[in-house]
Amino acid sequence: MAEKRLGYQTVQLSSPPFIVGAAAVAGPLEAEGPLGQEFDQTYPDLLAGQNSFEKAERLMMQDACRLALEKAGITNSPPEIDYFLAGDLLNQLVTSAFSALPLAVPYLGMYGACSTFCEAMGLGAMLIDGGFADRVLCATSSHNAASERQYRYPTEYGSQRKPYSQWTVTGAGAVVLSKTGSGPRITHVTIGKVMDLGIKDPYNQGAAMAPAAVDTIEVHLKDTGRSPEYYDLIVTGDLARFGQEMAVQLMADRNLHLGDRFQDCGVLIFDNERQDVHSGGSGCAASAIVTCGHLLKEMSRGRIRRLLLVATGALFSPTSFQQGDSIPTIAHAIAIEG
Amino acid sequence: MYLKAFLVGGLICMIAQLILDNTKLSPGHVLSGLTVAGGILGGLGFYDLLIDFAGAGATVPISSFGNALVKGALQEVNTRGLVGVLTGMFEMTSVGIAATIVFAFLTSLVFQARS
Amino acid sequence: MANVKTGTTQQSQQAAYQQVVRKAEPKPPRLRNAIAAFVTGGLVCVLGEGLTDFWEAVLGVSHKRAGDAAVVTLIFLSALLTGLGYFDKLARFAGAGLTVPVTGFANAMTSCAVEFRREGLVFGVGGRMFQLAGAVIVFGVVTAFVVGIFISLVQMMR
Repeated sequence: MAEKRLGYQTVQLSSPPFIVGAAAVAGPLEAEGPLGQEFDQTYPDLLAGQNSFEKAERLMMQDACRLALEKAGITNSPPEIDYFLAGDLLNQLVTSAFSALPLAVPYLGMYGACSTFCEAMGLGAMLIDGGFADRVLCATSSHNAASERQYRYPTEYGSQRKPYSQWTVTGAGAVVLSKTGSGPRITHVTIGKVMDLGIKDPYNQGAAMAPAAVDTIEVHLKDTGRSPEYYDLIVTGDLARFGQEMAVQLMADRNLHLGDRFQDCGVLIFDNERQDVHSGGSGCAASAIVTCGHLLKEMSRGRIRRLLLVATGALFSPTSFQQGDSIPTIAHAIAIEG
Repeated sequence: MYLKAFLVGGLICMIAQLILDNTKLSPGHVLSGLTVAGGILGGLGFYDLLIDFAGAGATVPISSFGNALVKGALQEVNTRGLVGVLTGMFEMTSVGIAATIVFAFLTSLVFQARS
Repeated sequence: MANVKTGTTQQSQQAAYQQVVRKAEPKPPRLRNAIAAFVTGGLVCVLGEGLTDFWEAVLGVSHKRAGDAAVVTLIFLSALLTGLGYFDKLARFAGAGLTVPVTGFANAMTSCAVEFRREGLVFGVGGRMFQLAGAVIVFGVVTAFVVGIFISLVQMMR
């Protein structure tokens, strides 16, 4: 077995990299949510002064990267970054590619749907711990209108949404990981495997992703030999309310009880009473902006010391679902310890 | 006539809503199904009876589109024979399709998608 | 390799989970939606009837021609509301009450045209206008063809 591997899917980083800078930017609906004050920058509307929703999303990812680099004290141009790892929901990852252009550093685009944030951070941490990089910039973004027009319906189309459907978060999050420095450290990475329990409804992503989240959490705990009590908080990316309910049930079937330490970014980001988001938030930005805007700040305030972040993604396409396929999903976990 | 239009039109919409809420069918499926139903009922002569009874309550829902296509086709068959099925189809429906294309195009020139 | 379940245990695991999901899935407010669809759909048709009478009086044409004018008016209003951004807000409440009448057809075409304007007039507006409404046209035409041929042959054989 390779020297840093633990169990089936986990790696233990021998020299855990530091999160030396993090930034979150968000759209208007997210700014009005319960975490609105925690974001580094917000935008008054979905176009953010740009010509199209896609260009607005690009601006958001670029702003998040710039702010994260500033906070990490990296000011030169091109920045002293060895790799830029980024992903988003748009076809061919155009948001990430166009954001990589002005950075002028080596770029690796990745697609994990809404699990991209943990995928990027996990891989970035492994690149540093493996001796391949000193500093890595990881970013992800999503945009409600841009993803709706690609995956579902035009923005002005009059459709009724199902109560278990989710609202794609508009925003971007970026972190700078470094071999040296100070701040919370990424100690373990559990890369998930694709799961599919036959859910075919693309509006029911929460139920489709719950099995993947549960599997990854279970494997992580088994591989590391830790119990749920080890962590102050175990947070999934975007199961939202219904998906979280399904996850709790699946875990109970496996005798896994997380209790109050089990939270979900899709639930945390919106006020479900005031804001009409049905089951909750989704999208790459759900996990990214809640983590960069709120959770990491809570860690620096000392209120959270050990965090297990489990971003979840639904790996389907409009074509696959129209061809009658069910929705394969994945979840990646990273352990962040302060 | 207004009351009948309200009741029949409302009923057709309500049935569609119940199908949408109780099955996994999409709006596209339900609307296509309604159009086909309108066409079949039109061919059998029943849809015209509904129009006589409820006026706009039968002509405004999308099912009337299916009926109009069939009526157009059958009318032309009387004058041109079997090929009339193809030549006459859009006779009665072209007003709706043409108007929609034109207005949609103009709207896209004037308005922007915002949220 | 742990956690690999093959064959029938995985199938039964899938079936069991899907059942759990189906039972627990939050259902839409069906009664409220049905009533909203009934009332708004009815009102749209009443509007159509009113417009027909209006155009009949104003233009002095037959009831049938006035009906065409009424349909065009409804399409115009739907396109305008779609462009202004109000149609989707109304439809969230009204559901089938707005999507089943010709207003829904107009909204489907207009929302596509407005949305894809950013990809240009040819690729966007022209190329993708029928993305949502195309199915209705295709199925309507195919049905008319089949029914038309069938009825005509039946009539010919009499």
